[in-house]
Amino acid sequence: MRIEALAGPWLGRLSLSALPTDSPVAMGAALVAVLGVLGVAGYITGKGKWRYLWREWFTSVDHKRIGIMYVVLALVMLARAVIEALVMRLQQADAVNRSGFISAEHFGQLFSTHGSIMIFFMAMPFLTGVINYVMPLQIGARDVSFPVLNSISLMLTAAGAALVMISLVLAPFSTGGWSGYAPFTELRFSPGVGVDYWIWAVTLSSIGSTLTGINFAVTIYKKRAPGMHLFRMPLFCWTALCTSILMIFAMPALTVATALLALDRYLGMHFFTSGGGGNMMVYANLFWLFGHPEVYIVVLPSFGVFSELFSTFSAKKLYGYTSLVLATMTIAVLSFTVWLHHFFTMGQSANINAAFGIATMLIGIPTGVKVYDWILTMFRGRVRFTTPLLWGLAFLVTFVIGGLSGILLAIPPVDFLVHNTTFLVAHFHNMLIPGTLFGMIAAYQFWFPKAFGFRLEERWGRVAFGCWVIGFYLAFMPLYVLGLEGMPRRSAEVFDEAFRPWLLVAAGGAVLIVLGMAALAMQLAMSIRHRDRNRVRAGDPWDGRSLEWSTSSPPPEYNFAKLPAVQGRDAFWTMKRSGRAYPPLERYAPIMLPENSAIGPLLGALGLATAFGLVWRIGWMAGLGTAGVLVAVIGWSFVRRPGRTVDERQVERTETRWHAVLVAAVPVSREHECDPRNRGLADVAA
Amino acid sequence: MSAGSASERRRHPGLNLHESDAHPSDGEVVFGFWVFMMIDAVLFALLFAVYASLGANTAGGPGPHEVFELRPAAMETLLLLLSSFTFGIASLAMKYQRGMALLQGMLALTLLLGLGFLGLEVHDFVGMADKGALPQVSAFLSAFYALVPTHFLHVSLGCVWIVVMMVQLRMSGLDRITRTRLLRLGLFWHFLDIVWVMIFSFVFLRGLL
Repeated sequence: MRIEALAGPWLGRLSLSALPTDSPVAMGAALVAVLGVLGVAGYITGKGKWRYLWREWFTSVDHKRIGIMYVVLALVMLARAVIEALVMRLQQADAVNRSGFISAEHFGQLFSTHGSIMIFFMAMPFLTGVINYVMPLQIGARDVSFPVLNSISLMLTAAGAALVMISLVLAPFSTGGWSGYAPFTELRFSPGVGVDYWIWAVTLSSIGSTLTGINFAVTIYKKRAPGMHLFRMPLFCWTALCTSILMIFAMPALTVATALLALDRYLGMHFFTSGGGGNMMVYANLFWLFGHPEVYIVVLPSFGVFSELFSTFSAKKLYGYTSLVLATMTIAVLSFTVWLHHFFTMGQSANINAAFGIATMLIGIPTGVKVYDWILTMFRGRVRFTTPLLWGLAFLVTFVIGGLSGILLAIPPVDFLVHNTTFLVAHFHNMLIPGTLFGMIAAYQFWFPKAFGFRLEERWGRVAFGCWVIGFYLAFMPLYVLGLEGMPRRSAEVFDEAFRPWLLVAAGGAVLIVLGMAALAMQLAMSIRHRDRNRVRAGDPWDGRSLEWSTSSPPPEYNFAKLPAVQGRDAFWTMKRSGRAYPPLERYAPIMLPENSAIGPLLGALGLATAFGLVWRIGWMAGLGTAGVLVAVIGWSFVRRPGRTVDERQVERTETRWHAVLVAAVPVSREHECDPRNRGLADVAA
Repeated sequence: MSAGSASERRRHPGLNLHESDAHPSDGEVVFGFWVFMMIDAVLFALLFAVYASLGANTAGGPGPHEVFELRPAAMETLLLLLSSFTFGIASLAMKYQRGMALLQGMLALTLLLGLGFLGLEVHDFVGMADKGALPQVSAFLSAFYALVPTHFLHVSLGCVWIVVMMVQLRMSGLDRITRTRLLRLGLFWHFLDIVWVMIFSFVFLRGLL
């Protein structure tokens, strides 16, 4: 495809044949997507909520709202990717010595979208959303450093997610997996638009994540409340900082990899092609130079979440705070030294493999330190087994098992034996599901009462927990066995009868996980219905330790009427014990907040148009989109807005209302944490 | 010098502004831009690495000796270094309040030098195309056209930025917003200079000598 192709007819390569009419399963999925969008749009129209959504949410630059929108995006994408996983498991269980119910081509798309979505549109938005919501509150700030940039990041990520959703209807997506290895993804072997969907969806999301990295890092360095020294920050903020630093240094490698792949595909260049002097190893190196730090980008925030959980629900200070910080930093640094272990088998000398194998094993040391610190945090504590903590316990056990299989894979000779088998699939799911997903679900359960003012139902939470954990073990332990028996990963069909029983068990596990998803949805629905029973407006349902619990639930838009003065670690915990937790009403100063801005949604829409135009070679659309971005950014730089002032009377009204709630609330001891008596005021005498 | 002003100074590291002009939260904005430039530096580093790994793969097409010319590349270097000098004077004019005329004049001069650099580079690219050295010919040329035009694109955006700043200075003079924007533009412009020196050394000099 040469440059001329960009100036093709009005709709480029797009035609009705893009609809996936050849496969009933794909057609069904497309239909569900379209009906889902229409249903939601119809519901909003019926309720007359568009103006509200636009004014209060889409154009909002409040870190709390942006955080919630990120998490909603992540949950929607999680639902799709989990269903795709179920389809793949059912297909493999069905397709032993026969072709199964979906084609190999469709199966290829499924594992590509599943992986790409889970990493770029589930894990990344989820952790970005949680950090967005929690981190500024924890460091005692009113917002992130660059609130408008925050909104732009969200909208670019959402645009990438939208592109993946569009590919469900205007198919096909790539069959090149989430890593998009060249030369398979070059035009010669993948002439369709699938790879282009992948390239631009991932590029949009990687630009969004890069900007997020800048924003979070600068916020943590520059916006901490008085007295909040770096070594007084809650551990979650440390992991957020390390993740941001990793984003800053790792995301450009992905952007370069996808951009050069795009140059190959669109302009006929020769970076990774099999001819013309191209070298696919350059792609492998670039991709994993991003890809390995990415693993830690998605896992470190969960480590932070678990650190908060274990300490809060054991009513003890975090054991080995300094060692946890150092371990987090060490992991962040080491994560840049191991990328080659993703392709031990691709032709390096044994010595190079050995060096990277050793570096890989080294990461086990700081991670081990963390595991012991968490265990020792619970040791001799009065541990309360609430739903968030249960996810933490499941993580602790499961993650260690996954880590052990990782140590095996770090040994190059072992890797030669099991590479490209389901052993590897089992290993990384064994890391990422407990290490990322359980952490994020736990964060959602833990901070939900902070964000919405009521707790989530415990009962459905426990059902979801049971389904997910048992489902996980059933779905992935068999893959270790299958991998050792030599079953190749990403197989649409298998030809060995011995695989069947294991595949059936794995499929059963996948069904349980889908039930776990349903239970999570049920938990949310029931909690909203019974929200009056679970209100925790006073703001501190778990006897929390860090500053986010010192605000009302949900917190006011300005977070803190007066910025807190921090005197040590576990700032709020100490304040409560010394009777300084809820300062009396006083005269307040007016508070400046940034104004809402439409530039985020505008840039997101323009980015989506550009990407869609590029995918289908619709030249005018891509051109207008790009020009639009330039004009919008320059035009916006001329708009001067001083910000919005929340005047002192309004602050006083809000604070007085909250104080009334505080006075009315009866302090509850930890035994009554999960019953309706808990109104969010902790009994600190106990 | 009083102790108070010394601690003030520590509050704004990296802010090349007069004490009275620096606002506490300006440091945040400029620091954010430093982080952004770090990302840009990683991006260029990766493009250099790609060039280093693919540079020898001429695949039967022309090599550096056939397509590069030292004289225009040296001219471009001269222009860009001069533009950094003029921007430096603009920054000093801003810091020591030597009047809008000098500031605007130096920005205009920087813009002209930048445009001259771009013009010479376009001439280079056209010349290479005439010799059949197109990006589609070999991995060496693909890598070259990924690295050098990315810098070209950056300088072009820098020129647009200068124009925008000249207009904004006319509209609202030197205030907090335009001041920190000029600071950031300065960082960007000098950064591009450094990248060009790398390109000149590792691509042109190494290719030709």
